[in-house]
This record gives sequence, structure tokens and C-alpha cells, in this order.
Amino acid sequence: MTEKIIYAMYDDDDVLKDGAKKLVAKGVKVAEVFSPFPIHGIDPIIGIKNTRLGIMAFLYGLTGLMLATVGMRFFMIDDWPMNIGGKPNSTYLDNMLAFVPITFEFTVLCAAHGMAVTYMLRNKTLPGLPAQNPDPRTTDHMFVMELRMSQNSQFTEEQLHDMLKSTGIVELDQKEVK
Amino acid sequence: MHKEAAIREPLILGHKTYEQITADVCKPIEDKAPRMWYILFTIALIIGLYGVGCIMYLLGTGIGVWGLNKTIGWAWDITNFVWWVGIGHAGTLISAVLLLFRQKWRMAINRSAEAMTIFAVFMAGLFPLIHMGRLWLAYWVLPLPNQFGSLWVNFNSPLLWDVFAISTYLSVSVVFWYIGLIPDFATLRDRVKRPIPKKMYSILSFGWSGRAKQWNRFELVSLVLAGVATPLVFSVHSIVSFDFATSVIPGWHTTIFPPYFVAGAVFSGFAMVQTLMLVMRKAMKLEAYIHTRHVEYMNIVIMVTGSIVGTAYITELFISWYSGVEYEAYAFVNRATGPYWWAYWSMMTCNVISPQLMWFRPLRRSLVFTFIISIVVNIGMWFERYVIIVTSIHRDYLPSSWSMHYPSHIDLGVYVGTIGLFFVFFLLFARFFPVLPIAELKTILKSSGEYYKNLPDTHHHDDHGNDHASGHDQSQLGSDNHNNH
Repeated sequence: MTEKIIYAMYDDDDVLKDGAKKLVAKGVKVAEVFSPFPIHGIDPIIGIKNTRLGIMAFLYGLTGLMLATVGMRFFMIDDWPMNIGGKPNSTYLDNMLAFVPITFEFTVLCAAHGMAVTYMLRNKTLPGLPAQNPDPRTTDHMFVMELRMSQNSQFTEEQLHDMLKSTGIVELDQKEVK
Repeated sequence: MHKEAAIREPLILGHKTYEQITADVCKPIEDKAPRMWYILFTIALIIGLYGVGCIMYLLGTGIGVWGLNKTIGWAWDITNFVWWVGIGHAGTLISAVLLLFRQKWRMAINRSAEAMTIFAVFMAGLFPLIHMGRLWLAYWVLPLPNQFGSLWVNFNSPLLWDVFAISTYLSVSVVFWYIGLIPDFATLRDRVKRPIPKKMYSILSFGWSGRAKQWNRFELVSLVLAGVATPLVFSVHSIVSFDFATSVIPGWHTTIFPPYFVAGAVFSGFAMVQTLMLVMRKAMKLEAYIHTRHVEYMNIVIMVTGSIVGTAYITELFISWYSGVEYEAYAFVNRATGPYWWAYWSMMTCNVISPQLMWFRPLRRSLVFTFIISIVVNIGMWFERYVIIVTSIHRDYLPSSWSMHYPSHIDLGVYVGTIGLFFVFFLLFARFFPVLPIAELKTILKSSGEYYKNLPDTHHHDDHGNDHASGHDQSQLGSDNHNNH
């Protein structure tokens, strides 16, 4: 089955946001918005949930914290306790203060890199992947709203076009995909 | 509309549109490089290669080619290490700490300041590595299972903390920088016409499409990375200072070191940003984005951190007397009046007096004055590290082993070489990478752009014309600007 996609182009972020508000109020489903920079406040309008990457970062951080603790306990307490000026080193707690800096650094290392890798994977942005923005100008000064006919079956094509035109678009484009 | 108080100076001067911002930042990349770029690049490359040659000679011959001796085991190399790490503190401070504080002016400078950070940390990392002498065994600093029995690195040692701190700082800074670069590479990918650059930017942009969800994640990732990078900035130079502070050498063994080093690092880092930005804005015609107001903000940071550094110097001096420890007191008397008095007083002049001049508004808004002071500050900060390191150890407990440090020509060559390499990297960055964050600048255009700030607040009325929020006006403004060019 082929699907019709309508691309409505705007040249201002606020016009697009107001337009999206009006369309959504009429029951239109906005499938996607492509923009050259983050449009603040667009996400709740078009029904995009907040990302949970922050939670992931926390979990990666905890993993780093745990690995650093377990690692240093093994290296410095169990496997080969180093005698440094006769300082107590028979338990982890005796020696803990000296381990704080590396524990901290390793927590940050794991949180930052874990989150960055997850971000790349979730975004599907990896070296060599093709770009999917419908128009090259959407990384410059154009803002595109994508509507899918299948998600808006209660409207006819003309109705959607008319509604879009009333929101201050500068261009209208249509594409069929399989 | 997201407006900002009219009394605040605009951050983007003139009549810019989204299109214009893209064009302004991409122009130096798309145009042929100016002759000056080739001249500077050649000079930097020659100096850098000379440094590489000196390093090769050093590795082939041994650390003996440096001016070190039995008493002074750390001198020029560690001075350069700390100097470069210090310079490398501004970038992440600007992009992380200022992001958390929602300082919009950071956007003009964060990209290149971060690039500078990364290149400076490269240069810094070089010194401990070559100081090992046997560079190919550098992996021994990592806790790797090995065939020497249960031989682990010493996790109690600040030198190992430094390994973790510097490598975490470097890698997190690179990630932070690159995540911000991806959308801008996408802009370049969609603009350039020639096939090879198009392919390159297409690979570099990782297929970024600018979807709403992608931007949603982008904003959160930037915020969380800023959150974790902020304590990182402070921890890295604290740990560098532990290299000294946890030893028992008079002059090093002080609790004031961590905050004093961090302030000094920010101080020298911002000075280096000033040096580079003042040249870059002119050469790349970015005066509308990096202007007097930005320079003034940075000068205020230099003034504040410079004052912290000055206070630390005086506190140190006072405590050395007040502690009643003879050796501690001697270390400081020796600094000020001993054979290295000239280094001490250069440090005092450059770091304590010069930032105080920034209290005068005309001076801190003067670009020429700022440029001179920014170089003076970095000379001063180099001397600070030299004074701390060399004067504290050149006269140790046994007068029979008192000695002097004279740098050899290899010492000089390696140091000058790192400056050359640093500029090689920075010039390449300025030539091929977007030096301003294009996407982020567009988010502040309407709130902090001069044109938008001066618009009369007419969009509540329905009387046409001035309403910049309407699509058609916007595109006309854009084309007007194009005709003017």
C-alpha cells in the first residue's frame, strides 16, 4: 500500500508552532516536525514524550560507580595490598578516601559515554547513515511539518491542504512512499 | 514571543535572519582559504614539526637531553603540562557551566573554546607521556592484567588519579563537542555542492535529520552532559594540584592548591580564548556574533578568577610565615628573593596586577587592550607553574644538593613545538568546522538579536507590516539581506 505524505514548509518556528496548535485542535495528527534547531514547546503539541535518556545516564553512572568500587577493592585490598608508609589498608573502608577521585571520574566517564552511545543509537545517527530530512533547507532556515494521510483518514486531502494553507505555510509538498 | 529585557545589550548585532546566520558561519568553510591562513598554517606546521623532531630525538636519546638534574626531576615538562591543562579548562567551563547558568553569550564562543580545550589537552597529555621516556610502555599506567604477577597500578597515587582525570576530561569533552557539532555538520552537508566535501560532511553528520524527537533528546543530552562535565572541570585541575599538594615538599604541601589551581586554570583558559577569538572574529568576519559585549563578559571572568589567584598568592605567602615552619617560610623567601626572583615577579606582575585593570570599563571593552592582556596573562600563568615547580625543589633540605634548572634547547623545542601543533589543529578546525554553533545561535536570535530586540511590540495589533512573526515578512527580510550583499 502506498502512503501519501504531506510536507508543509514554514519559514518561522513560531508560525509552525501556532499552526501545529491549530491543526491539532482540529484533530489533525502531526506525524513529525523537521527543524534546523530545537523549537521549544513543540513536543507536547505534536505528542512527543520527553526522552528518558536522563534515567539511562543515571544508570550508567551507577554502573561506573559500582565497577570502580569493585575494581579498586580487588586491586588494592584483595589481590595485592600495597603498603604505603604503613597506612592501614586491610579493609576497603580504611583506604576509601584515596579511592574517591577515581571513583568519581569513572562514574562520570561511564555516565557520559553510556548516554552518548545510547543517544546515537536511539537517534539512529551513526557514521555513514543517510539523512532523512525531506528538504535540504530544513537544516538551514526552513521548518517542515509532516502529515501522513493514513493517520488522518477522517480528512480528505483537500481539507488538509486548506487547513495547512491557513496556517501561514510558504510551500506545500507531497510525496508517496511504499 | 520570548523576549529579553530591552536594557540588555543584544548578542547578535545587525539585521540577521536564520538564513543569514547559516551563510555567515559557513562562508569561511565554503570559500577558498585566504592567503593569511596558508601563511599561518605553514608557520605553525614548521614549528610543530620541529617540536615533533625534538620529541623523536628525546625518545631516541633519553630524558637526559632535558635540563633536569638529580635535584630537579620535574621542571619544564610538568610546567608545560599544567599550563596546557589549565588552558584546556575554559572550553568545557564555557559550554557546561555557562549552559547550566543559561548564559546565552556562551553560544558565540563555546564551539571554538571547546575545540581549543581539546587541542590544549592533547598538548598537555603529551608531556607526561614523553616524560615516561619509553612511550611505547605508556599503557602501563592502566590497570591491566599482566604477566608480572599481581602487579597493579597504585590507586593511592595522585599521579594515577591524574591519568583517570585527564583521560575522562578529554574523552567527555570530545563527546560533548561532537554531539553539538552533529546538527551543524548536517547543515553543511545540505549546503555544500562539491562532491567530496559533501561526502565528508555527510559521514561526519551521522545522518542527522533534525526530527522533533532528535532535538528533544539533543537538549536533554546537552543538559545532562553539562551537568556531569561541570564537576569534572573542577575535579580535573584539583587532581592536577594534588600531584603537588600531596607531596611533602615545602611550597607544594598546601591545602589551598585545589581551588587556587582551578581559578588559575579558568583564568588562563579564558585568556587563551580571548587571544584566539579576537583574531578569529576579524579573520572570519564574525564581528556580529562575537563583539565587545562578549569580550567584556570574558574579561569579567578573567578579572574575578585573576583576583582569586592573586588572593591565593598572598594567602600562601602569609601562611608560610604564620605557620612558623622554617622550611615553608624559606621556600617563599627564596621564591621572591632567590635566584628565580625574576620569574616570581613576572608572575606577580602578569597575574595579580593586570587583571585588576579590568575594573575600568573602557579598558575591558577595548579589544586591543584585551588582546595584550590575554597574552600577558598566559605568560604570567606559565611563570606561575614554573615558579611553583622549580623554585620549590631547586633548593632542597640538603644545601649540598642545591641546584639550578636551565632548559636545554630540546626543552625549548618541545614546548614551542606544542604551541605550533596546537595552532595547526586550531587552524584546521577553523578551516573545516563550523566555528560557531549554528543551530544554537538560531535559538537565541529572536530573544537576543539586535533587530528583534528593537522591533516595536506590534504583534498584538493587527495592523500588518511590522509583524515579524508572519512568514512572508520573514522571507522578504531574508532576500533583502541577500541583495545587500
